[in-house]
Amino acid sequence: MDLFIQQLINGLTLGSVYILVGIGLTLVFGILHIPNFAHGALYMLGGYVTFMAMTSLGLHYVLGIIISMIAVALIAVLMERGVFHHLRNAPPIHDKIAAIGIMLFLEALVLVVWGAEYRNMNTPYSGTLNLGAVSISTQRIIIIAVSVIVVLILYWFLKKTMVGASIIAMAQNREGAYLVGINASKVAMMTFAISGALAALAASLSTPINLLFPAMGHLVIMKAFIIVIIGGMGSIPGAIFGGYLLGITESLGATYISSDYKDLIAFVLLVIIMTWKPRGLFAKEVH
Amino acid sequence: MAFVETKGLTKQFGGLTAVNNVDFTIERGQITAIIGPNGAGKSTFFNLISGFYPPTSGKVIFDGQDITNVPPHKIAKLGIARTFQTTHLFETSTVLDNVIVGHRLRTKSRLFDAIFRTPREKREEREAREKAMEVLDFVGLTDLADRQVALISQEAKKRTAFALALATDPRIVFLDEPAAGINPEETDGLAELMRKMVDHGITVCTIEHKMQMIMNLADKIMVLNQGEKIAEGTPDEIKNDPVVIEAYLGGEAVAEIE
Amino acid sequence: MSSAMMKRISIAILIAIAVIFPLVVDNQYISRLMTLSFIYIIAIYGMNLLAGFTGYLSLAHAGFFAVGAYALGIFTTRYEMHFWLAFILAILFTTVVGAIIGLIALRTREHFFAIYTLIVGYLIYLIIDKWDEMTGGVRGLIGIPYPSAIGPLEFNNELTMYYLNLFFFLLATLVMARIVHSLTGRTFIAIRNSEELAQTLGINTQTNKITSFVISIVFAGTAGALYAAYVRFLGPDIANLPMVFDFLMYLIVGGIGTIAGPIVGTMLITFLTQSLQGLQEYRMLIFGPILTLLVIFYPNGIVGAISMFKMKFQNKRQEKAQNLQNQDKNEVKEG
Repeated sequence: MDLFIQQLINGLTLGSVYILVGIGLTLVFGILHIPNFAHGALYMLGGYVTFMAMTSLGLHYVLGIIISMIAVALIAVLMERGVFHHLRNAPPIHDKIAAIGIMLFLEALVLVVWGAEYRNMNTPYSGTLNLGAVSISTQRIIIIAVSVIVVLILYWFLKKTMVGASIIAMAQNREGAYLVGINASKVAMMTFAISGALAALAASLSTPINLLFPAMGHLVIMKAFIIVIIGGMGSIPGAIFGGYLLGITESLGATYISSDYKDLIAFVLLVIIMTWKPRGLFAKEVH
Repeated sequence: MAFVETKGLTKQFGGLTAVNNVDFTIERGQITAIIGPNGAGKSTFFNLISGFYPPTSGKVIFDGQDITNVPPHKIAKLGIARTFQTTHLFETSTVLDNVIVGHRLRTKSRLFDAIFRTPREKREEREAREKAMEVLDFVGLTDLADRQVALISQEAKKRTAFALALATDPRIVFLDEPAAGINPEETDGLAELMRKMVDHGITVCTIEHKMQMIMNLADKIMVLNQGEKIAEGTPDEIKNDPVVIEAYLGGEAVAEIE
Repeated sequence: MSSAMMKRISIAILIAIAVIFPLVVDNQYISRLMTLSFIYIIAIYGMNLLAGFTGYLSLAHAGFFAVGAYALGIFTTRYEMHFWLAFILAILFTTVVGAIIGLIALRTREHFFAIYTLIVGYLIYLIIDKWDEMTGGVRGLIGIPYPSAIGPLEFNNELTMYYLNLFFFLLATLVMARIVHSLTGRTFIAIRNSEELAQTLGINTQTNKITSFVISIVFAGTAGALYAAYVRFLGPDIANLPMVFDFLMYLIVGGIGTIAGPIVGTMLITFLTQSLQGLQEYRMLIFGPILTLLVIFYPNGIVGAISMFKMKFQNKRQEKAQNLQNQDKNEVKEG
């Protein structure tokens, strides 16, 4: 039972990271209909920027995260302005290829600057919390708590502010949003900024319990795609549901089935879901 | 017997009723027009007839055959062709190359024929090319056959889309706002082309916004408003129908008709 | 001389160059690069048929390439089959696996298809990586034999393998060209262009998409089997993402949706990368942005750009000719 609770918490931690990455991905997809294959590279970049801020500049972890979120948000906006904006009327295959090009570039860049080796990120929060036989590292608690807080703030932002409302409006009905005079460019930039900042946050939070390396975005982006598809492209509640589901399934699967095959579980889950429901579990009829 | 008939045709998207209980007939050898304000359900009505959406309820009958749930590619084979508001042409290819594939549904060559270049493949390729030249001649584009689509005028693109529809050997064509985005003179040209189609035994049904054109051209008009049929009749009847004037045309539009 | 004639002659010259190449250039390293290029091009033809001519970007093609390679490797080493039997069975096996995946994948559209195939491709990588007993896992699969002799033709050195792969490359090019220029090919292009329009033209889009997908798998599987027979050592990395991104890069740079594109892109980048010795890992620093910029400015790559300029030139000429005609008519009238 203790093992079960321990793994459940590990699953929640994992799920929290997936959610932060997945929400950005789902927002961009919902609004701009771009499956941003470069999103995993933004995640990776976020980890490295925080790391650099802490090691080279000697800044505090929290400050490092904030700098990283701003930097990656800016890069994401640049991506939108410089690339996707030009491709908004191109065949759908083009923005996928463009995104892959950006991803390959960012990975090579990190490789040049920081090298291929795996790195550890040490945070000031390295303690553990013991509850009976269950012990949880402080970092995991931070991950779970921060992701809940961030999601709540985002929810407030989307529901209660004008900018947020226009993002939602555009996600639900692009043509309609144009008709009522929403500034599509502004919404697109805003969405990319949010998605970049969330990716940077996710990476900065998860790196201390994982490792930092140039290809760290690959698995994460695929997992994020999986949760977004499970939750329905463009749906934030769906991404949250999918994130926790996948995190917990993986964590329990690794314990009770096989840790060798834990990554396979997610992929098999997805293949089954997409086979059964090609547009995801919560997809609505499109007209 | 009517050529095309819809009985109680209804389509709902979620809570929204796009087409509501429409009974309508199209007669063979006529030009029939569907008019109505934006969002009246005209395009949805076309999509229901051409098999893109399954209707929520109701029936579509073509030449005595129930085609309600027949998939679009089979409907095309029965002799129903259509064009779209946006022409969907392949811009970097030539006009001729765009039109050749229109005759594909009357050919039988498969992958095997392609790889081994069988006599059947060669013969059918020739047939498709001849058909394309024939319909390009029909719409008056022979001169532009080898021109890249990206470099021809909007009107020529519309004619290319007509040619593509005609290459399928249709018995009826549905045209979705063919005259949108082109000037009055060119509009007359397209109207003439529609008459020419009818003269060659092809029934025409068109969605149109340009009132003057439609009043002079159509044998029969249906008016849709908010998914419902509010009037049906000859242009004269429609012009003088108080319901139409009230619900759709309004003061200014009447002036436009006169 | 007609342009069709010109085309034929230049193709014949190119083939002749390819045939005498290894006899003239006595450099094993370079002929090895050529042979590998031939093999990759076959796989990229598969991606091109599906993405460039039918409009569906598959990111699982490195996976299918690996399935073909491993199937041949496993059939010849673990089951000790006759090479050519194993070769045919490997392609068949890949095709069957691909067809099943294709039937499922093609129920999804556009973006979902790309994501689905990305994940299927990665799944194939994971399976090869983890299924130690069958694939050798990370240690790899060794001991794959050279192809058995066909009559007097023996395949046991660099030179003969060059010709074997050149043969398959030319065959693949011929098949590809015939498909693309046939009515079937036009049908695929119509689907890429607009599925809605294709349906109203009486095209059964689902059947045609599956056909295109299956042919593209045959290409990828054949390339994989040839690769296994040539390199004779397999590691799971050939199924991994960088491989499919390399394929994609060759395709985009050369020209997606063109026949010559995969040849130009693969040859050019393979040889360029070789001259960047030691900088291999960083090559994406240049090629990544190139990919993105090409898609924005020259979506059909080098080959596409060349034919676009040609087309513009022709159009100008046509216009001029027409203007001249009109002038003549006017003059006649006036006269």
